[in-house]
Amino acid sequence: MKLALVGISHHVAPVELRERVAFELGEAAALAGTLGEAVCLSTCNRTELYLAGDADEPALAALEERAGRSLDGLAYRLHDDAAALHLFRVAAGLDSLVPGEGEILGQVRSAFEAVEPGPLLDHVFRQALAVGKRVRAETAIGESPASVSSAAAALAAQVFGDLAGRRVLLIGAGRIGELAAANLASRGAVIAAVANRTAEHAQALARRFSGTAVPLEEVPARLADVDVVVSSTSAPEPVLRAADVPSRRRRPLFFIDIAVPRDLDPTIHELEGCFLYDIDDLEAVVAETLAGRRAEAERAEQLVAEEVERFRSWQASLDVVPAIASLRARAEEIRSAELAKLRGRLSEDERRTVESVTAQMLNKLLHLPTVRMKRAAVTADGAAYVDVVRDLFGLEDEL
Amino acid sequence: MVEALFWPAVLGYGEAAFAYGSARTSRLATWGVRLGWLAQTAMLALQATRADGFPWTSWSGSLNLFVWLVVSAYLIWGCRPRFRLLGLGVMPLAAVLFVVARLGGGTGSRESQMHYGSAFLVVHVGSVLAAFAGFTLAAGLAGVYLWQERRLKRRDAGILRRRVPPLASLERLASRTIVVSLVLLTLGLVVGIARLRDGDHHLDALEAVTVLTWVVYSAYVVARPSGRRAAYLALGGFALVILVRLALAGGHFA
Repeated sequence: MKLALVGISHHVAPVELRERVAFELGEAAALAGTLGEAVCLSTCNRTELYLAGDADEPALAALEERAGRSLDGLAYRLHDDAAALHLFRVAAGLDSLVPGEGEILGQVRSAFEAVEPGPLLDHVFRQALAVGKRVRAETAIGESPASVSSAAAALAAQVFGDLAGRRVLLIGAGRIGELAAANLASRGAVIAAVANRTAEHAQALARRFSGTAVPLEEVPARLADVDVVVSSTSAPEPVLRAADVPSRRRRPLFFIDIAVPRDLDPTIHELEGCFLYDIDDLEAVVAETLAGRRAEAERAEQLVAEEVERFRSWQASLDVVPAIASLRARAEEIRSAELAKLRGRLSEDERRTVESVTAQMLNKLLHLPTVRMKRAAVTADGAAYVDVVRDLFGLEDEL
Repeated sequence: MVEALFWPAVLGYGEAAFAYGSARTSRLATWGVRLGWLAQTAMLALQATRADGFPWTSWSGSLNLFVWLVVSAYLIWGCRPRFRLLGLGVMPLAAVLFVVARLGGGTGSRESQMHYGSAFLVVHVGSVLAAFAGFTLAAGLAGVYLWQERRLKRRDAGILRRRVPPLASLERLASRTIVVSLVLLTLGLVVGIARLRDGDHHLDALEAVTVLTWVVYSAYVVARPSGRRAAYLALGGFALVILVRLALAGGHFA
């Protein structure tokens, strides 16, 4: 059975083209249904059609129709091992913009579960999902944050551990601050208050996180009962000075300043129990963790290569399955014919005994040839083995 | 046979002491600790079956038991990936003390010479050594706390690449360990002092410093310091533990 892949991705196609060829999950499943045994994986970075069989022209035509133009030089067409390798790398996050990002594994699962694939795609996609999990379990590729907002949350967790119930004060109601707050909230932190010069913006954001809107002047007073402060205003002057920060010897306070120019007095970091990270610090942390991800990607590639080898063996073993099945059918046919000759000459007990003994003999006799044929299937001698078995046992007609 | 078990144990601990230095080999280090601990446990079990009474009455013998308690306490958390760094402080110390215990003859199977009943020794020596093992672990946690806090203050860009437990967890675990250890030390001291009152005995240097250690850790529990102060106090108390274990052998074990 052959595996084929046709697709475009962020490596070769600009976003204008990718967005034209993108499919919603339902649309993707419908498209796959028109192509026989197929799975359509469509994300913001790629649209790929995985097919059981050699014929990939209809798939390419479907993508070109959607794109409204020829995809010559942009679409890639891969087969068998190369297609499996690509899918495994995608599932492992190795083909993503940020190596090791975790969202893609869920997208692969959704694409797979949206259709009813045949044996080949069922096997290769299940293996791809297992590869994705294995890479994340055995390497640290997905452990480190890949964005400033997730790095800020991860750093806060380095101080407090579990962020569940930790109280956050958000200064400024801008988009970046909101992202950082959302990241902290996703780890269980409580966005207790939002301070902003424009009250309406503060109230809107506070409502989203079930917090309280407060004026900027109240920020120093609010510091006593929060654990994390995220600041991202566009104010030209600092909005908080070290002198306004109460003593935090017994309870650490973590400041995240993602504003340019900076909102928070840098000397806050020198206070005992206070930690202040600005945008440069966070970007340095992200750069370092991305370097770590790239180093882990090398280990992940090795794991993927091992899995491709396993896929190759499995695929090759499929070539001998018909021969093995015919051999067993022929043997069973002979056994049944011989047993039929004994009908009426044996008691019920004797018949059962003879049936059992002959079945066991047959199984033992065929076990070794079956194992050796499967083993030979992944070598260059595989076809020769099949030919010999076919010739020796007269299986030509069955194959 | 007892002596022979020293080698796999010290090899395991020694390997761990070095392997904890790199993130890539830290899993190997944990296996070194486990295998070394199993070998030392077998050694202690053999010593116990062959001795006529409590076998670790000598200074070096008690050091052997102390090392085992330290490693046992470490194994409670040390197998967790984030706590592996703790092994970088604890395992070299355990390996060195174990070698010192052997040089002093504490890893052999000689007959114990008891001046006191076994029950007294089990409670007194067992409690005090378990408390010291707990203080050692707390000092390790305090050391990791200071290192992690320094990385956060220096804004080390690689801080998320080599992760250790968060400051809050380190502080909480050190504090709990000290509370439990202080209870054990109090028990050991009370039993020891009660026995002293029965005979004509004056406080020796080791006993005096042990009482001082109790005072320091009691101050820790009462004052409940936090942050760097708590870590420095835990390390200060540990310096007294080391003084008691290594420098003040004296006549206490005679």
